[in-house]
This record gives sequence, structure tokens and C-alpha cells, in this order.
Amino acid sequence: MIARVLDGVSHRGVALLAMLLAVLLAVPLVANDYLLTVLIIVLYSAYTGQAWNVMMGFAGQLSLGHAIYVGLGAYAAAALYVHFGIAPWLGLAAAIAVAVACGAIIGFLAFRFGVGGVYFAILTIAFAEFARIGFDHFQWVGASSGFFLPVANYTRNDLWNLRGNPTMFYYVMLVLTAAAFALCHALLKSRIGYYWQAIREDEIAARSLGIDTFRYKMYAAMLSAGMTAVAGVFFAFYYNNLFPEQVFHISRSIELILGPIIGGIGTLFGPLIGAFLLTGLSEAMQELLSALGFDVPGAKQVFYGLCLAVVVIALPGGVWPWLAGKLRVTRRDA
Amino acid sequence: MAAEIYLNVAVSGLLTGLVYGLMAAGLSVIFGVVRVVNFAHGEMMTVAMYLAIVLFNTLGLDPLVMAVPLAGVLFALGYVLQAGLINPFITRPEYSQFMLLIAIAIIIVNVLLIVFGPDARNVQTSYAFDSFLIGPLIIDATKVYAGAATLVITAALFVFFQFAPLGKAIRACADNYTGALVVGLNVKHLYALTFGIGAACVGAAGSMLVLLVDVTPSLGPALTLLAFIIVITGGLGSMAGAVLGGLLIGFTEAMAGLFFTPSAKSMFSFGLLVLVLLFRPQGILGKRLS
Repeated sequence: MIARVLDGVSHRGVALLAMLLAVLLAVPLVANDYLLTVLIIVLYSAYTGQAWNVMMGFAGQLSLGHAIYVGLGAYAAAALYVHFGIAPWLGLAAAIAVAVACGAIIGFLAFRFGVGGVYFAILTIAFAEFARIGFDHFQWVGASSGFFLPVANYTRNDLWNLRGNPTMFYYVMLVLTAAAFALCHALLKSRIGYYWQAIREDEIAARSLGIDTFRYKMYAAMLSAGMTAVAGVFFAFYYNNLFPEQVFHISRSIELILGPIIGGIGTLFGPLIGAFLLTGLSEAMQELLSALGFDVPGAKQVFYGLCLAVVVIALPGGVWPWLAGKLRVTRRDA
Repeated sequence: MAAEIYLNVAVSGLLTGLVYGLMAAGLSVIFGVVRVVNFAHGEMMTVAMYLAIVLFNTLGLDPLVMAVPLAGVLFALGYVLQAGLINPFITRPEYSQFMLLIAIAIIIVNVLLIVFGPDARNVQTSYAFDSFLIGPLIIDATKVYAGAATLVITAALFVFFQFAPLGKAIRACADNYTGALVVGLNVKHLYALTFGIGAACVGAAGSMLVLLVDVTPSLGPALTLLAFIIVITGGLGSMAGAVLGGLLIGFTEAMAGLFFTPSAKSMFSFGLLVLVLLFRPQGILGKRLS
């Protein structure tokens, strides 16, 4: 059974959360560009992990193709900006619409035709791969040679067009992550959140209690897709280049789900903790390996895979339920 | 004239499809018995492919001959993997099993990258450019040898599961776990054996495939996906389905490469997969889902 952690968060937990937020808000005052860039990656993976968690952690539908929503969001907003000069905040609406529609199509096909479990996971991979190869041949957005946003040396931050320095992107990502956290917290406490958890634990029982499981699974798929597309828009404007081979690749989908699984699936803090652990580990590995002069491509990933295996074997519920017990932030046993 | 091109491409696709079928049969056997989806299947196949290349380049051993010894090596690897690492995960949720196997896949891909580098590798056999002329058809000799050898191995596997006492015992575990325990079967050992047999399939298939395509470390994930597509199309858990799925995918990809661009060929496989999942989720030869 997946622990629902925030259920019993004590004052101690709230205090820790407030402290974390305060530290994150103050970081750009002291941090250099490198640290800021790393923190942007941390927040980005925390956000996407949270979005994926809505579908898997809350509603129990395992998606292994979430890169499709990142990619669709990124390409939609970037294409509107490059071809028509439409600002990303307006493009965001289009990006969300496209991703939600895609999530709805995949969800409808799977849930209506009773495709579940392993089959559903592989269906999501198939759609993501389909999109990857499709975009590889989509000339309007550069096909396989990539799609680029204009880059210049900005003297000031243009928040409306999302052009500026890392500090601006950092705060944008922080706001997004905090908003996703708050949204998920509210959802878990709402009627829809309880319906999702009922479906996750036992779908037949949920249906026999009168829950329209098809409808609520659709809501989870669409919400998760829409949230993920927002990250895609950020990705496009932060990195300024998009390649189908990178954006839609299955390894992106897997990276995206590592954080919440390592952190603790179905928990609010899981994606956050997982993102900090994985990105921190990855950067530390990079430093360590180059310090040792063992800078071979692949070495970092081997270590990454080993750590992943160790965590999966030793902490089946993820790090957060274990850590929460240590920090004594939960009233009940997690 | 045009019809002959199509026929040539179709036969070539079907022969490659046989090798795909053996690879997918391995995945199917593992899922059918152990109920674990081997997310490191293609990666294990690339291990066999690199071993075949090393054996060919250093000792001059022909991959066709090495298919059986390599199947043995991969069998041992699969047995140890299941008995040592995967067995405790049998009762854990699906995503937990995925993560373990994905971790193993990541490790395999990157160890290969460190050892062999990112460049594409292949073998140059003496018969690489031979071909058979059958009426209007011109068929690569390599593909014929690989296809025939694969067919023999697949048939042996089929006979083993159908008639050998051990094969029957393994099927008993798949049919009724508790029942198998009651009649005194050592299920843990049989599961490991099954995983070993599944791995042996990719050992043999990898040894064949090295004759047909270039190998890079990143080929692993692509082969895993291909194996998924094939077994789901044919029917997860069905050996004959895996072979049929392999032929179908081999044929589809060859035709798509001819009619459209080769780089878009996998799109058609994914399209086929989506259609099968929607209209016959148990696969063409699969048993009805409960």
C-alpha cells in the first residue's frame, strides 16, 4: 500500500516546509550561476514528477510516456512564438490544450477499451515513440535537425516573453513547483482526490461504490498531461532548442518518473525529495568523476543505475516515507 | 519488375522477422511464467551481440556457430539475475519491478558504452555478400542462414515446453502457482530457469542479429521496445504469437522502409501496436484477458 503522507502532517512538517521555501526564495541572493542552474533542474524535475504523480501516485495509472506531453507543450509554445510571435504566456494556453487533448485521447482509448496495467504502460510508450518519429519528419518545426528559439544577450529580463537570465527562470520554476505542490495538496484533500485513491487501491471496489471510474481516470490523465505541458513550455524557452530525439525520447520519460519513485510514489513530498536526491547525486557524481580523472561517457549513468537499483531494493516505498518517520513529521506511521 | 522488388523486400523482411520472433519469444516466456516484464530484454540482447563480435574478431568464431554457446552464457546470466535480484520483486507492485529492470538496463547500456564506445560495430563474414537466386528472387545468404537457424532454435524451444518434463513443470508454475507448490515443484528454481531460457533466446537471437544489423550500445532500448511491440501484437505469453508477431513486424518495417523513408519505419510498428491494443488487447494469438 502506498503511504499517504501529508494526511497527518504535524506543525513540525509545516515548519520544515516553510523553512525550505524561505531558503529556496533567498538562494539567488547568494548563489552563483552554476548552483542556480542545478537548482532549476531540481525544481523542474520536482514539478514534472509532481505532475506525473497525479496520474500514477494518486489515480494508479502507470504512464511511461510522459515525455510526449513535455514535447507537445514545448513544440506548441515554441512554434507559436517563432512563427507568429505569440508570447509564451499565451502559447501556454495552446500548449496545455494540445497536451490535454492528447492525454484525453490516450486515456479514452485505454480506459474505454479496458487497456490496463502493463498494457497501458506500453501504450503510453508507443504514443511517445510515435510522436518522436512523427516530429522527426515534421518540417514546419525543423524535423530531426531541431527547432531553435532566437537567442540574444539580454540586458534586462523580459518576463512576458520569457527571455532573460537564470534568476528569472529560477523564480518562474519555483512558483510553478510551489503552485503544483499546493494544487496536489488541495486535490488530495478533495472529493476527486479520494476517488482517485479509491480507484488506485481497488478499481472494482471503487466502481461498486458508485464512482464513475472512467471519468475520474480521464480527469487524472488530462490534468497530469496539462501540468506536464507547462513544464514543456518552460523547457523550450529555457533551453531554446528542441530536438525530437531528445525531447520525446523514452529516456526522458524514465528520468521524469525516477524522482517521484525514488522519493515515494503517491506522496506530496516524494517528487520534491526525489528531485533533490537525484539531481544532487548526478551533479556530485560528475564532479567526483572528473576530479578522479575518470571522465568516461557512461560512467555517471552506471553509478546512477546502481543507486537506483539500491533504492528500489532497499526502500520499496521510496525515501520520503522512511525520512518522514525519521523526522517525525507524520502523526501516523508512514 | 516492380513486383519483384516488393517480393524481395518482403522475403528479406520476413527472414529478419524470424530473428525478431525468437527475441520476442524470450520476453513472452518470461512474462508468461514469471509475470515480470523484462525491461532489460533488448539490452541483454546487445550484450550477446557484443560478445558475438568479440568472439568473431579475436577467435574468428562464426556467429552462426556461436549462437548455442552464447545462448548458454545468457542463460547463466538470466538465471543468476532472476534468482539473485528479481525473485524478491515477484510480489511487489508492477512499477517497482519496472524500476529494478530499468536500473539493470541503464547499467548494461552504459557499461557497454564504456567498454566498446559509441561507434557502430558489425562482423564481416566471408559469406556477407553471397546471395541465393530462386526464380525472380535474390535473397541474402546471411539472412537465409540466420532465419533457418532461428527457426530450428524456436522449434526446439517449442518442443521443450510442449513435451519435456521440465518444460511441463514450468508451464505448471505459470498455470497455477499454488498448485505447483503443492505438488512439490521448486518454483523459485523454475522461475530462475525460465528467466534463463528467456535470456538464452536473446543470446541466440543476438548472435544471429549481429549478422544483419550494426550494433551500438543505444540499440538495446530500441530492441526492448521492438520486443514489446511484437509480443503484444502476437499475444503476450504465447510462443507462436511471438513468432507470428515477429514476422508481421519484420514485414511491416521492410514495406514501410520501401514505401516511405526507412527512418519512419518504426512509426508503422507503433501504429500497428496501437491498433492491436485497441481492438484485440490480448494480441492476435493471445488468450482472452480476464
